[in-house]
Amino acid sequence: MTIEQQADKKLSDMPDEQGHFGQYGGMFVPETLMEPLRELKEAYIHYFQDKEFLAELDNDLANYVGRPSPLYFAERWSRELGGAKIYLKREDLNHTGAHKVNNTVGQMLLAKRMGKTRIIAETGAGQHGVATATVAARLGLECVVYMGAEDIQRQALNVYRMKLLGARVVSVESGSRTLKDALNEAMRDWVTHIDNTFYIIGTVAGPHPYPAMVRDFQAIIGREAREQSVQHEGRLPDALVACIGGGSNAMGLFYPFVDDQDVSMYGVEAAGHGLETGEHAAPLCAGKPGVLHGNRTYLMEDRHGQIIPTHSVSAGLDYPGVGPEHAWLKDIGRANYVAITDEEALSGFHDLTRIEGIIPALESSHAMAYVTKLAPTMDKDQFIVANLSGRGDKDIHTVATIDGIEF
Amino acid sequence: MSRIQACFEQLKTNKKKALIPYVAAGDPNPDITLDLMHAMVDAGADIIELGVPFSDPMADGPVIQKASERALVYGTSLTDVLAIVKQFRQTNSTTPVVLMGYLNPIEIMGYKVFAQAAQQSGVDGVLTVDIPPEEASDYIPILTSHELDPIFLLSPTTTKERMKIICQYASGFIYYVSVKGVTGTSALNTEEVAQRLKIIQEVTDLPIGVGFGIKNAETAAAVGRVADAVVVGSALVNLVEKNAHTSNNEASNQKIIKEISQVLVSMRSAMDA
Repeated sequence: MTIEQQADKKLSDMPDEQGHFGQYGGMFVPETLMEPLRELKEAYIHYFQDKEFLAELDNDLANYVGRPSPLYFAERWSRELGGAKIYLKREDLNHTGAHKVNNTVGQMLLAKRMGKTRIIAETGAGQHGVATATVAARLGLECVVYMGAEDIQRQALNVYRMKLLGARVVSVESGSRTLKDALNEAMRDWVTHIDNTFYIIGTVAGPHPYPAMVRDFQAIIGREAREQSVQHEGRLPDALVACIGGGSNAMGLFYPFVDDQDVSMYGVEAAGHGLETGEHAAPLCAGKPGVLHGNRTYLMEDRHGQIIPTHSVSAGLDYPGVGPEHAWLKDIGRANYVAITDEEALSGFHDLTRIEGIIPALESSHAMAYVTKLAPTMDKDQFIVANLSGRGDKDIHTVATIDGIEF
Repeated sequence: MSRIQACFEQLKTNKKKALIPYVAAGDPNPDITLDLMHAMVDAGADIIELGVPFSDPMADGPVIQKASERALVYGTSLTDVLAIVKQFRQTNSTTPVVLMGYLNPIEIMGYKVFAQAAQQSGVDGVLTVDIPPEEASDYIPILTSHELDPIFLLSPTTTKERMKIICQYASGFIYYVSVKGVTGTSALNTEEVAQRLKIIQEVTDLPIGVGFGIKNAETAAAVGRVADAVVVGSALVNLVEKNAHTSNNEASNQKIIKEISQVLVSMRSAMDA
């Protein structure tokens, strides 16, 4: 299916009723979850049209999260790169330090309305876990966060933050002991406790309605960026850039622009040690379609359909799948997907820190590194909006270790 | 008539219930599986459910997760599983074999290629845990056109309306998941199960198997009184785990086969009593 063939239908109309984006998405789950997912879908559709719900969401986003986040003109960096103007969408300034909280605030409001008393989540780098524990603390709800044993070691600071917030962090020892296994374990918990439990998935993956619902909660990023672009430049941007693990910050930025064909979109995956080494986390650039975690999408898998280990310097991108809407946007050619190595991301991290005084998360550093490639190829009267999806405080230790510094 | 249908009709004539053991193919090593399948038939199994190992078994509890992990150490693939069934069929042409697993290995192989190979190997039914009928409009016709029974799960959360839809697509038998949870979870409540089975029987004439939470001869017999088939998985796989020693595969395999056979014999006699 090409964009032209779809002319009568807007790209933003997706997914269909069963959660399909073309051949991607859907509901590939064990039978026990079909009914809870139906209930969730109903609640999501209902409350997204409910004025009172939306007003409460807006209020929380303004007064608890601290929105709108600024669209900052990175003047010195733009000058140094010598091409398009670069604007940064400052999701790093949100409460808890990343875009993740936009979604957890929203899903928590749904959980409350659905009468659920127990919250579970999976987390990789810990940002989504922290954002979930934060909103659970605020409502005084029981919160259990599943985290791979490997990631618990890599992200000790966020583990402690979650515990301070009152969450129980469960170490997942199965499989590769990383994010994908944490997601499996959270699904197992949900199947076992569906009566009282709400599962807050942190990215635009999982079974329908999660990919659409998380996108809709994150789309505040793109809606604001649209308005702010017009305020700053009197028009829409020429290009959008965002990093992609599961793809929630990218989908949040892209979605409100998806029907504006003149706005190019670049999703930046983690090339790890390099796509040619096989040690990466770039399913869109180097994987193939399959079914995992409730949806059909691009995956990192071997020739027998087993999911293979991923690698990225940034734990938040270290995931073998990707949101199904990205898979679809790739196939129809609406968005471009590229990959940035660990080394390039680290240099993006240092560039932004040194030139603009902003320390980006290692995840976001992948987007920043791609900006350094893209901006010089564009004209000076063009402009890019890049999503600075999180702040780098949590990564200082990792970067220091790589730089050979011990505390 | 399919092998599964023939099996249930024979059981009905004999006024018996089906005993369906589950083991993961290649667990704890590929050498054991063929012998174990034959031994289970000798111990009283009517249908064999053979698990296809997958890296991300979302619906399984720790016991069967580890079975998949052990099998994948040896790289046991869907192709390998089909080869095992083919070997089994060389000496056993009556006991139905149902593959149980996740969709992705089948997707990668291709639905048609898989269905052809499964039929040629002598597979009778396919239970794909993570594909509900809503997503299976391409998949089911390919299975049925290759004489493979699509086995579907019903769960305590399945509404009667959904039951009707699922049963339209199912053949062979219906698998009722007795508890909200993953495999190997807490014991089931026989009375509750009996009530649910009544509702399921209102929507389908297919035989109904019950699984999840059957731990010993006693629970097998209790479930056998209300269902057409008793599926036992984690209780057997536990015995694999207990006896799996990679240092001496042959000795540990013999021990596993012996202990699983003993459990099945005890379940069989309790169910037949």
